[in-house]
Amino acid sequence: MKLELRNVRLPLSGFDLEIDLEITAPRTGIFGPSGAGKTSLLETIAGLREASCDRIRFNEISFADSAHTMPVRLRQIGYVPQDDSLFPHLDVRRNLLYGHPPDARDPAFSLEHVTQFLGIEPLLARDVRQLSRGERQRVTIGRALLSGPRLLLLDEPLTGLDRKLRETILEQLIKLPNEFGLPMLYVTHDRAEAIELCDEVLLLERGKIIGRGGPAKLFA
Amino acid sequence: MQSDEWQAVRFTLAACAGSTLVILPFGLAIAWLLARPRWLGKSIVETIVTLPLVMPPVATGLILLKLLGRRGPVGGFLHRHFGTDIVFTWRAVVIAAAVMSFPLLVRSARVGFQEVNRRYEQMARTLGAGEWRVFWSISLPLAGRAICGGVLLAFARAVGEFGATILLAGNIPGETQTLSLRIYEAVQLGHDATAYRLLLVCVVIAFVAVFSAEWLLRKRDAR
Repeated sequence: MKLELRNVRLPLSGFDLEIDLEITAPRTGIFGPSGAGKTSLLETIAGLREASCDRIRFNEISFADSAHTMPVRLRQIGYVPQDDSLFPHLDVRRNLLYGHPPDARDPAFSLEHVTQFLGIEPLLARDVRQLSRGERQRVTIGRALLSGPRLLLLDEPLTGLDRKLRETILEQLIKLPNEFGLPMLYVTHDRAEAIELCDEVLLLERGKIIGRGGPAKLFA
Repeated sequence: MQSDEWQAVRFTLAACAGSTLVILPFGLAIAWLLARPRWLGKSIVETIVTLPLVMPPVATGLILLKLLGRRGPVGGFLHRHFGTDIVFTWRAVVIAAAVMSFPLLVRSARVGFQEVNRRYEQMARTLGAGEWRVFWSISLPLAGRAICGGVLLAFARAVGEFGATILLAGNIPGETQTLSLRIYEAVQLGHDATAYRLLLVCVVIAFVAVFSAEWLLRKRDAR
């Protein structure tokens, strides 16, 4: 994968997000303290925030440049936000299938495979308001996968989960890029998660990348 | 109740249901727009939409009369090109009720749309949904209770409409006479029994509509 973020600038409260880099590692972590701009960076890539930029491009597909911006719906980005985002008026199955293309043929991205992989098959008929936090996170990840994304953006998906549940979901996340052939950007402020999950980590502080490299080396 | 009283009740319910249906698509569109963040002219549109709520109904009726009469710009156009008259017909009753109840529908629906968490709409877009799909599958159902509450309030307001209606539609028994106009006529003629019977019907309709609207809005708050 190749994600280019050229001269991306977004004013945040107290500082500007200023990014100019290229990401090639299939499992890249964005690590930094709260309020460093990690979520804003993901939202900029997803198109949910309008930043000025020279270029945001993913594998030859231009998401934005100085002249045009690709609409969010066309970017095919699976975004798993930190906050609760399951549609409260739809049950689990309808949430999962919301973005699923009707003509999808890839068996890896079928409802059966995704729900089996995430262990959420028994939840399909449930009301999303009755799900636990861990179940909600897995359904949100499943919904993003079923939309057939090019790139997966995960914003601290393990925050607020107990240890056992974190380990279970972490195991699924470790297998996920190979299982689905999907590159991902993973926001975290947990070193252990970054070490276990990521090939490369970007250190973000007050909107700027202050370091990057393999997690074991970076956090040594 | 006598047959002419039933006739007034039936006509009122039909005209008010019609007027509520007529304003529904426009009301939802305006409410959705007003629930969006700043855009050019938003304050002007907001003010115009609210005007019928604060202006004397008779004044609104007079404006409608000037617009929709045969010598008015809209009424004249309709008469010349389609041979259709508005003033002193059932259409005038529907239009007067629609205009007077429009602000109530818009205000309720707008609050409903504003309360929809923007995150859900954003997520729908990341999942490939265009703006129409986001509206129909996310915004509208999530604002549904507030919209239903607004519909019921608008209907109740339409049932109670008097000032604009009497100016635009007159008070023609069997043609434009609504419950309110029939009560007015009964009081004028000293037919107290008729006035009280119809008053009771008005109270029941208004109570059921407002109670249902409040119930829906409470359920929304509790969600």
